[in-house]
Amino acid sequence: MQTGTTRRQLLTAIGMMGGTAALYQAMTTMGHASETQFAGPPNLSGARPGASVLVLGAGLAGMLAAYELTKAGYKVKVLEYQNRAGGRNWSLYGGDTYTELGGATQKVGFADGHYLNPGPWRIPYHHRTLLHYCKAFGVALEPFIQFNHNAFVQTSEAFGGKPVRFREAAADFEGNVAELLGKAINQKALDAELTTEDRSKLMEALRGWGMLDKDMKYKSGLLSSEHRGFERPPGGGVNGAPIPSTVFDFKEVLNSQIWKNMAFFMNHEFQTTMFQPVGGMGMIGKGFAKQVASLITQNAKVTRIMQDKAGVTVTYNDTATGTVTEAKADYCVCTIPLGVLNQIPNNLRAEKKSAIAAVPYSNSVKIGLQMGRRFWEEDDYIYGGHSFTSQDISLVSYPNYKYFTDGPGVLLGAFASGSGAYRLAGMTPEQRIEAALAQGSVFHPGVYRKEYQNGVSVAWSRVPWTMGCCARWNEDTRKEHYQELVALDDRVVLAGEHASYVGCWMEGALLSSLDAITRLHKRALAA
Amino acid sequence: MKIASMALIAVLAAAPAWAQDTAGNGTVKAPAPVTGQQVYQQVCQACHMADAKGGIGAGQIPALAKNAKLEEPSYPVSMILQGRGAMPSLTDILKPAQIAAVVTYIRTNFGNHYKSPVKEADVKAMMGQ
Repeated sequence: MQTGTTRRQLLTAIGMMGGTAALYQAMTTMGHASETQFAGPPNLSGARPGASVLVLGAGLAGMLAAYELTKAGYKVKVLEYQNRAGGRNWSLYGGDTYTELGGATQKVGFADGHYLNPGPWRIPYHHRTLLHYCKAFGVALEPFIQFNHNAFVQTSEAFGGKPVRFREAAADFEGNVAELLGKAINQKALDAELTTEDRSKLMEALRGWGMLDKDMKYKSGLLSSEHRGFERPPGGGVNGAPIPSTVFDFKEVLNSQIWKNMAFFMNHEFQTTMFQPVGGMGMIGKGFAKQVASLITQNAKVTRIMQDKAGVTVTYNDTATGTVTEAKADYCVCTIPLGVLNQIPNNLRAEKKSAIAAVPYSNSVKIGLQMGRRFWEEDDYIYGGHSFTSQDISLVSYPNYKYFTDGPGVLLGAFASGSGAYRLAGMTPEQRIEAALAQGSVFHPGVYRKEYQNGVSVAWSRVPWTMGCCARWNEDTRKEHYQELVALDDRVVLAGEHASYVGCWMEGALLSSLDAITRLHKRALAA
Repeated sequence: MKIASMALIAVLAAAPAWAQDTAGNGTVKAPAPVTGQQVYQQVCQACHMADAKGGIGAGQIPALAKNAKLEEPSYPVSMILQGRGAMPSLTDILKPAQIAAVVTYIRTNFGNHYKSPVKEADVKAMMGQ
């Protein structure tokens, strides 16, 4: 039966009567949309003639606010500190120059068409807001290879520090767990928990899932090799018969903590399918900027934010000319990262200031390394995905474009956080490259240094326009400050990933922006 | 030395309830910095710079060099324990002995000459331990 049209009409009607919250509720009840709070673009309209909004920051949150508020009829102006729109949505290409706090300047030497995404780099399939606007703004997407069984895992705690394939360690973890649980059932340890029938079903499941033999044993053989890979894979002709691989000592598998990497891929935000824009993550910022470019004033360093009964006044310095300007509007959407905003004089209410001051920022370091040939593909059969390590760099991630080409490739040579990122950030750009080469060589010894051509690093704690990566909320600060942070303060509302529960994701910035401008619009109509 | 007696509640960084983008859940294994200089180079320098002069962009990372606020040792200790603005509390990666060592280091380097050392016990006292 064709029900699509009917359902859509019903949802539209609910949306018109009860707003997006009611629509979301209804969609969830009907088994749709349980993966997102996005219920479609806001369709704001009917702004009072001449009503104006100042948007602070031309990242995704700011540009989306500018786009939707302009459509609603507002006069919008956007102030941006950088000489580039896009914010943390950003790609570095050959010929680009980047200067971090402290003054170190790097000139990017990547070959044509290659890039580093210093900030966001992958998009979950359920980040519907971002995917919606990518489509609307003509940003082409391609798959991001998130889960690669054939990539490596390496830790100083197991296998003598040598890398093993994710597939091997994960299969051995599951096989051993299945065997042990089977033993527990056979030893009647689960008789109280399970009926005879369910025990029998579980035994069947363990045998199939864990690749156990007829005696419920996990051991080296053709069966376990089906999951962990073969010593000699099946072939044709004389030597067609496969030779099984040898399972690892379970103690080593436990020491490797492979379960952490396995659990990582089970996380909702990291499940396949994931996407990336064709040509670099920065294509999204460019796509948004195309819609609102005429509204953006670049090189504008905001130095003061004041509101009164009549409107909002924002003072800014032109960082290129030194000119000081006062911009006035009826309302303000402020997307400035909290660590920066906390230092800008303002007359927001005291509770708001406390909330802004309460949220520290994470650090993170990313390093792009151009290699002369794609040895990870040619020598190791790794096409996209990540090799994980217990060293500071945390991973090496392989590019999801230009597969099988003869030219160079740009690896993500580090995605560090926490103490590892502090260590790398404190280095000079040259020292960071050296550390990335030394550590990444664990996966690709010899060839890693031999093929290295050039590289660039971005340490988020030294990024001049954010002074950090993302807002770091915890349960206590959420409880104490979150509602205040997102609440309207008369004519001013904050938006950005920091004003969301999808922190550190572009989706959070967009959902926050839509929610903020919807409330601001309502406030403006009520005035 | 005159560390203020107020006990600071160290806010431990709890695991985020939502998954921020992260490398892959693995645990980084590296030797912990011991001396004040090591702690400075492996942690503080990420923001405050190798010369401790900080930096200015859209906002400002304060200079620790020639900083008169360091005369009162409880000030830098409380910054590390509690954080401020974008700067997080660092108690999730630094132990009291490391905090004492690095505060002593910054108070006697980078043009600062506040000679009395900060001790591990002083830091613990401020953490209410």
